Amino acid sequence: MTALGKLFRTTAFKLTLVYLTVFALFGASLIGYFAWNTRRLATEEATRIINAEVTFLTNVYNQFGLRRLATIVENRSRRPGSNLYLVTIPTGPALVGNVSTLGEGVLQSFGLHETIYRRLEDPDGSEHHAIVQVAELPGGFRLLVGRDLEERERLYHIIIATGRWSVALVIVLGLAGGFFVARRVLRRVDAMTETTRTIMVGNLSGRLPVNYSDDELDRLAVNLNIMLERIEMLLKGFKEVSDNIAHDLKTPLTRLRNRCEEALRTGKGEQEYRAALHATIEESDGLIRTFNALLMIARAESGEASTPMTEFDAADIARGVGELYDPLADDKGLALKVEAADPAPLKGNRELVSQALANLVDNAIKYSGPANGAHNGSEVLIKAQNEGDRIILTVADNGPGIPAADRGRVVERFVRLEQSRTEPGSGLGLSLASAVARLHGGELKFEDNHPGLKAVLALPREGPHLPLVAQPVAAQ
Amino acid sequence: MRLLIVEDDRDAADYIVRAFAEVGHVADRATDGEEGLALALDGQYDVLIVDRMLPKRDGLSLIGELRAKGVDTPVLILSALGQVDDRVLGLRAGGDDYLPKPYSFQELQARVEVLARRRGGRGEEMVYKVGDLELDRLSHQVTRGDAEIVLQPREFRLLEYLMKHAGQVVTRTMLLENVWDYHFDPQTNVIDVHISRLRSKIDKGFEQPLLHTIRGAGYVIRDGAR
Repeated sequence: MTALGKLFRTTAFKLTLVYLTVFALFGASLIGYFAWNTRRLATEEATRIINAEVTFLTNVYNQFGLRRLATIVENRSRRPGSNLYLVTIPTGPALVGNVSTLGEGVLQSFGLHETIYRRLEDPDGSEHHAIVQVAELPGGFRLLVGRDLEERERLYHIIIATGRWSVALVIVLGLAGGFFVARRVLRRVDAMTETTRTIMVGNLSGRLPVNYSDDELDRLAVNLNIMLERIEMLLKGFKEVSDNIAHDLKTPLTRLRNRCEEALRTGKGEQEYRAALHATIEESDGLIRTFNALLMIARAESGEASTPMTEFDAADIARGVGELYDPLADDKGLALKVEAADPAPLKGNRELVSQALANLVDNAIKYSGPANGAHNGSEVLIKAQNEGDRIILTVADNGPGIPAADRGRVVERFVRLEQSRTEPGSGLGLSLASAVARLHGGELKFEDNHPGLKAVLALPREGPHLPLVAQPVAAQ
Repeated sequence: MRLLIVEDDRDAADYIVRAFAEVGHVADRATDGEEGLALALDGQYDVLIVDRMLPKRDGLSLIGELRAKGVDTPVLILSALGQVDDRVLGLRAGGDDYLPKPYSFQELQARVEVLARRRGGRGEEMVYKVGDLELDRLSHQVTRGDAEIVLQPREFRLLEYLMKHAGQVVTRTMLLENVWDYHFDPQTNVIDVHISRLRSKIDKGFEQPLLHTIRGAGYVIRDGAR
């Protein structure tokens, strides 16, 4: 019963009921109108015939007298299935005709009446309905001509009965259809609900069933799946962050603590204490930097709508960052070049894009310096280009590069490839750049520079669009 | 210099008050927004240091109220909310500078001193002088003694900022913000490299160095050894 109740409460079923009611009412009134009209037409036809007959008989009486009238009426009365006739003398009793009884008072008033009657041949039979016209003939005689209405009534009843059956059929079929549709929809929704429930209890990799009919339920499921995908990604990221915080923040914190303990235990004199304190401050600065970078990544990744986006020239950013890093590259024996001649207008967060680019340049310089086999002519190239509806910021170096297998991994938080473990850095630079790219609806890719690494930051010129709304398949 | 610190964390506020006292400034303390507003309206302070999240009245509303009443004492906003948009919000509300927590006291001190000096001191003169180093802001000429020093545009702006605040410590972050207009923390300390280039141009070959590094804080340009 609850299953049935659930079915009745579905939107599909309720909609069916509404449509059904409207349709049944419409059908009923259509048939009703048809029946009424048929009846009216039948009445009109009968009236026309009666009037013609009355006119004819009145003329006979006027021209040939009562006798002739009586003969004609007598003849016509005897025909089977004939009209009703009655001629009475002025005092009341019938003279000739085929009617035995009539409704009360019919003969007393002239004009058209609907009345019940009995035929003369069948005085004890059942009463029938008729429409009659009563006219007065000169000399006080009365003439009644009528027509049986059985035909009309039968037709009327047939139509009404047909109508009733049709409406009943519509209702039954409609209800069955509604049932069927509701059950189908309900089954799909139930499947969705079931999946949602498993997701709610923690199985985040569950996805709603999609049956590729591209109807509204499918589109909803597809969009919900995209949403789930994103939530899963965010949660995964969140878990990674907490794992990494545990690992990469606890390590320096331990170092910090150990250093203080050691100073307390073995410190001799102010000089040593001061040195320990300085080291502590440096260590905590590093921690703060890591922490800030983590917060920034989290903020960029959550795609916060409040991140202010403005129009600016990415070529300016390229030149500015190039200029900021030029002396550093020079010190490391690298030539830093900027190719950004054409304006590259971009909508985004200038600060974040600058920082992302700065991190890429920082990285390029860090990993392609003399320690990594820099030679004369090694260079770091910063480029800003327009490409279709995107702005491409490229940082290319001649360093050792990243093996193709690792290129996807380097943007993960704290990932530092084995050979770079010794270089200073929080390991968050590329993650931040990648998060900034995603915030702007773009991407960060790594390519081979033959030799070296080419980091490509591709950002849509118009800024981020609403993220990831299911597109019709054809759009891809 | 007289300062007002509006900060609800007692320890943090005490620390700032003590630290400023050590370097010779007087600092008052308010522990909530209303008290802070009353003191700021009443007293004569050179700089206000205001935390953003305060009981009774938040920092931004305090600043807004002050500005609405026509008080233009420079305000430095201290906040744990240190992201780009938070800073923009703080400055738009009428703050003059924004320092995210955690901060180093030297950074705070440097910024507060710059804010205090900005009101009355040097600023709009056309030629800055420190010792025998001269910088002409109009002709963009820099000379030391009789020798002309050729600087790149950015180096010029770096020196200009340092000389504008001659005798005051400016931090790396302040330089990055004011000379480059970047509000992030580069992974490598690129500023040091720029400073050492500048130093090689203005101090190299001269007996008396003018551009000094202050350990753990930043840089200062000044005449005399000290």
